This record gives sequence, structure tokens and C-alpha cells, in this order.
Amino acid sequence: MEQHHHILSVLVENKAGVLSRVAGLFTRRGYNIFSLAVSPTEDDRYSRMTVVVDGDSSPIEQVTKQLNKLIPVIEIRELAAADAVERELLIATVKAGPEERSHLIDLVSIFDGQVIDVGVASVTVMVAGTPDGLDAVADLLAPYGISELQRTGRVALPRLIRGSRPLKAVKSSEQ
Amino acid sequence: MKLTGAQALIKSLELEGTEVVFGLPGGAILPVYDPLIDSSIRHILVRHEQGAGHMAEGYAHATGRPGVAIVTSGPAATNIVTPLCDAYMDSIPLVVITGQVPYSVIGTDAFQECDTVGITMPVTKHNWLITDPADIPEIVREAFHVATTGRPGPVLIDIPKDIAIDSMDWYWPDAVDLPGYKPTNKISTKLIKDAARLMGTAKKPVIYAGGGILKARAAEALRELAEMTGIPVVTTLMARGAFPDRHDLCLGMPGMHGNYTAITALQEADLLIALGSRFDDRVTGKVDAFAPNAKIIHVDIDPAEIGKVRRPDVPIVGDCRRVIEELVKAVRSDLEKRHWPDLIPWWSEIRTWQRDFPLYYEQEEDGPLKPQFVIEKLRDLSPDDTIVASGVGQHQMWASQHWKFDYPYTWVNSGGLGTMGFSVPAAIGAKVGRPDRTVWSIDGDGCFQMTAQELVTASAEQIPIKVAILNNAYLGMVRQWQEMFYEERYSEVYLSPDLPDYVKWAEAMGCVAFRVDAPEDVAPTIEKANAITDRPVVIDFRTDYREKVFPMVPAGASNSDVLPGPTPNGAK
Repeated sequence: MEQHHHILSVLVENKAGVLSRVAGLFTRRGYNIFSLAVSPTEDDRYSRMTVVVDGDSSPIEQVTKQLNKLIPVIEIRELAAADAVERELLIATVKAGPEERSHLIDLVSIFDGQVIDVGVASVTVMVAGTPDGLDAVADLLAPYGISELQRTGRVALPRLIRGSRPLKAVKSSEQ
Repeated sequence: MKLTGAQALIKSLELEGTEVVFGLPGGAILPVYDPLIDSSIRHILVRHEQGAGHMAEGYAHATGRPGVAIVTSGPAATNIVTPLCDAYMDSIPLVVITGQVPYSVIGTDAFQECDTVGITMPVTKHNWLITDPADIPEIVREAFHVATTGRPGPVLIDIPKDIAIDSMDWYWPDAVDLPGYKPTNKISTKLIKDAARLMGTAKKPVIYAGGGILKARAAEALRELAEMTGIPVVTTLMARGAFPDRHDLCLGMPGMHGNYTAITALQEADLLIALGSRFDDRVTGKVDAFAPNAKIIHVDIDPAEIGKVRRPDVPIVGDCRRVIEELVKAVRSDLEKRHWPDLIPWWSEIRTWQRDFPLYYEQEEDGPLKPQFVIEKLRDLSPDDTIVASGVGQHQMWASQHWKFDYPYTWVNSGGLGTMGFSVPAAIGAKVGRPDRTVWSIDGDGCFQMTAQELVTASAEQIPIKVAILNNAYLGMVRQWQEMFYEERYSEVYLSPDLPDYVKWAEAMGCVAFRVDAPEDVAPTIEKANAITDRPVVIDFRTDYREKVFPMVPAGASNSDVLPGPTPNGAK
């Protein structure tokens, strides 16, 4: 998946029903979404959706052109995986009694994670990282016994260190 | 000035130039129907909300202006989903207004509540749920703007009952503000030059004209381009009339039931100039085998159509009329600079196909009535600018094949969605928009039974359309497929010629009605029908159920494998 995914950073009007319009478009055109994150932007008239799509099932040019036809979509930026920094957040509740807790804290701190809740026989940990990194974290937590795990889906911004190459911005309704 | 939401809505419709709305009142839309009494807008009371939608479509087809329909919430809204989808597929500008339960009870499963905005999202260009009466003028302006600009399409405004009752301070916005909606208006000069250059090298070019020509009001521009270059033109089902059938350069309709010459010219071409057409599967047949040697110039207002099915060599996004006008200039200057290839060898191939494979059927003097014969008589005995509205099926294909469309906006049909029952209400809408014209609905017996009740509307509102039912007592197109591809195993396609009795039924709906069985009665009955101008007329033509539509490209087959059907001299 890591080789074939595309990241679309979609600026939309912050109005009721916009998520439904975007999600519905993917459904009816048969495009697969790997992950989807939505949040308000620095300007409260707009929200930003970070949509990770499967490049194999979804012809990316058609996806962006069809998305552009949605009236509340203001701008779409297409990020190739290599040109983007991507992060997501993982929280997991792991079985850990008093004797296993310190091991677990050590493990999580390797990934700059934190323990955010502690119970009698479990702890809840939080780690932010790259999608690959979080896969590794999940694998390492598994032997302790994961009772619940959630990931946010990724957010992404263009990579800066690759020079000043401008992003490919696909403006509304332009070719 | 204080107005209720309902008054603001009607006033906004008036300011958008609405002269007629098609609709049917009900609980949630009641407040909107009250100010309608005092409005200049004509209201046509339909018998089913689907009829309102198709009438609005027929009106838009015939006039180029957006069709407007008003219905209530719940079942009325779901009844109009089919016309919305039909208009979405065929890029017809519609503004549909639906009532909704009061905003305060949305989400409680109130009486006649349904999620209209949610249901219609995939079948509208955009839709709005009004949550504040102050937004009404702005939303109505936006709705008409979105429906009629760029690639046209249907839009829907859902208005909750309490919003229609509440008052607002009236204003009328100067302009629309839609930051995410900016239809293309720049045309690339470089690509226009590339297109002209490519046209100037082609030895077997064909202009593949689609419905976009009509939407862009580009028929005259198209004619200029064709005459200047001598390039043959095919007109798709959605573009019939965009280029005159009687013109020497016209090859007629391509596609699954197109004529042999149009199909084969596309297939053998070395250049397709696709103007407002979308490489629909009914035109291309098997996509991988479509026009294998052709380079493609593709012009469309919708960027998403470019490269969706076939990657063009020259992609041009823009309004068809403006692009063609630019193309005409570029071609003129290119023609001055160099010699374009001689198209005589190409034309002589085309003329051979036309000679060997014309559309063909045989009407025996005492034999059963052939549907094609009925259509030819209708054509010959009606004014040249008659508007023809058809349903979907065999009769639609025969009408498209055998009518001679010499004027734009004279062919009203359901292309993309293939909506049976489209014809009668669409013909009514067309007649409302063009009362000066003769309007014939050419319908099948299966289609007629789906929406015939709108003839009550036509009688009550004095909209004198004429209906020719090609009654073969079958769901004919399905029968044809079962005969050809399911070993003549006929499953649920028989309808009976006499049940219902179409003449009695039409008379009960206030129409004048005739029945015709014999070929010699066809012409005199049509003449009688054409002479009646104060009431709707229905003719029940009893046609031969064995007649099939040819040529035919079987589903999924290459256009090179077209079955030509019977030919006058047995050519194959």
C-alpha cells in the first residue's frame, strides 16, 4: 500500500454535509479510501480533508477531477508519498500489571510515546508517528495483549527539505 | 421589506425569469403554494411528481432555459428522484424545490420526512437545505447559476416548512459567491492550433458531435466548421438536430443502433473531433476496439470527461461554441498556409457504405404495420420544425433513425438514464415551452403505461400535444434481446395490445383518440390528428411485434462487428 497510495489534501467549505458529499463521491465512483482525516483550518470558513486513496483502484486524475466538481471543494493538492511528511496518532490499551508496566513505559518512550492512563491491570499509551512506525509499535505491543487500539488516519503536509519545488495544486475546475 | 420565506422564494424565482413551474402541493410545501396565487408564474398541476420532473426537463430541452418543479416532502421528493437522475445524466438544467418537515423536527422521523438532500446528492450537480429564511434569495441565485453554467445539470433546494413561514428582510444579491465553483472560461490558444494542425493532416476525419453542441448553442458554429473543412459529421442520440440530417456532410447517428455508415466511419477514422460528446458505451461499443486508428481531439466543458474513457491527443476544456469559433479561425488561417489532404477518397468510401447499407425495412401493402413506416409518415406529414419527444426502447431508436432532424432542439429524449415513461410528460413540458410548435410524443406501449396519467394534466391545462403509441404489445427492446441473445426464451415481456384499451383510456383523459391497424389508414389519421389543435390527441398504432431494431452492435462487442440487418439488395 505504501507504494501505491496518493495523498489528497482537500480544502473544503466548512459547511454541513460536505464530508458526506466527498465520501459519497468515492463510494459511487468505486474509489477506495485508505484513511480520511478532517479538521478545521486556521480560517474557520474552511476545513481540510486529508484523504489517502489507493492509486491502484482509483485513477488519481479522475478522482481529483471529480472531486473538483463538488461545489464546496475549494482546492485540491495532490501529494505524492515521497514529497510529503505524514503522521498519525495511535492510542492503545494494553494489558500490563505492575511488573510489566516499566517495560512498557520503556518501549513506548523509544517511540517518543506516553502513558496517558493507568488502570489496575492495563495502561493506555499514545504514540504519534509515521504510518510505518505505528505499524511497528502495534506489532511490539501485541505480545502484551492489546485490548483496544485506535489510529486517527494520517495528516500530511508537503515536505520542505526537497527544495522549493512547488506543490501540484489542482485549482477548481481547471484542466 | 419583510417577506415570509415562501414569499421570498416565489419572488426569487420570478427574478430569475421563471415563467412556469410544474408541481403538486402537499403538507410541507403548503406555505409556498400560497404566494404562488399572486405570482406571475404559471403553475401546471401534475398528476404525479415524476411527471413534474420530466415536464421540467422537456421544457429545458426545448427552450434551453432551466425547468423548474415544486413538490412536497417525503414521497413527493422520492418520486422526483428519477427525473433528477435523468437530468443529471443528460446535463439538463433543472431547479427542483422540495418541501421539508419543519427544521425543528428534522431527524425525528416526522410525517412525510425523508432525507431529500442526502438521497439526491448523487443525482444533482448541487443541493441545498435552507436553514434560515434570510438565505433564500442567495441560494436561489446560486441554484440557477449552478444549474445553467459550466456543464448544465439539475439542482435541488429543500425548504423546511417553518423556514417558509418565518419572515426575513428582503434583498436581492448582486452576484453569486461560490469560491469552489469556477467553470472554465479560458481556452488554450496553443491547443486550438494543435487541433487545427491535426485536422489539416487527417485523411479520414470525422466530427463526433454530442449533446454539448446543443447545450452550448453551437449548432451554427458546428455547421461552419464542417462546411469549411468538408469533414463528415455524426450526431449522437443526444445531438440529433445539432447538425441537419438532410445536410450532405451528415452521416446521422452512430452507436449501438446507429446507421452502418456512421458506425463504420467512426471505426475507420484516423481522426475523431469529439465536440461535447463523452465516449458513452452506447457509442463506443467495446472501448478497446473503438476507432483503433484514430487520433482524438476532445472538446468538453467538463474537465472530468477529458480522458475519462479515451485519452485524447488534443484535450480542450471549454464551452463548445467558443471553442468551435476559435477552431474555425485557426482552421481558416491554417488552410491559407498549406494544402490539406484531399478527402475525396474518404468520401467515396463513405458513399459506398451509404449506398450498400441504408436504413431499411419493408412495408407490405397488406402486411402488418411497420413502426418505421408510421414514423416516416409522421415525419412527412408534420411541420419540419416539429418537436419529437420519445420514451425509451425500440420506438426511441426507430424515431431517432427515421425522423429527419434538421433543426436543433427538436429531439427530446432520455439518453443516459434510459427512463421509460419520459415521453408524455417531456412532450408536455416541451409544448409549454414552445406553444408555437407541433409536438409529437412517439411512445411505446410499455412506456406509455408508466406516465400516461399526465395526459389528464395536458387536457386540464390545455396543452395540445399529440401521442403516437407504437403498440406492439411487448416490451419490445427486451423482447429483441431475448430473441437474439436468450434463444427466444421470452420472459415477462408480453403486454397485450388491448389491455388497456388505449383509445378508451385516452378518451377518458380528455383526449381525442384513434386506432390504426392498416398501412393505408396511417396517413389520413395523422392528418386528422395534426388538424386538432385544442386538445391532446392519441393514436394507437398496432405495429408488428416481430420487427427488430437494426443495425445493432451487440452489447460488449466491437463496433466492427455491427449486425447491419436487412438490406435492400442483400449486401453484407
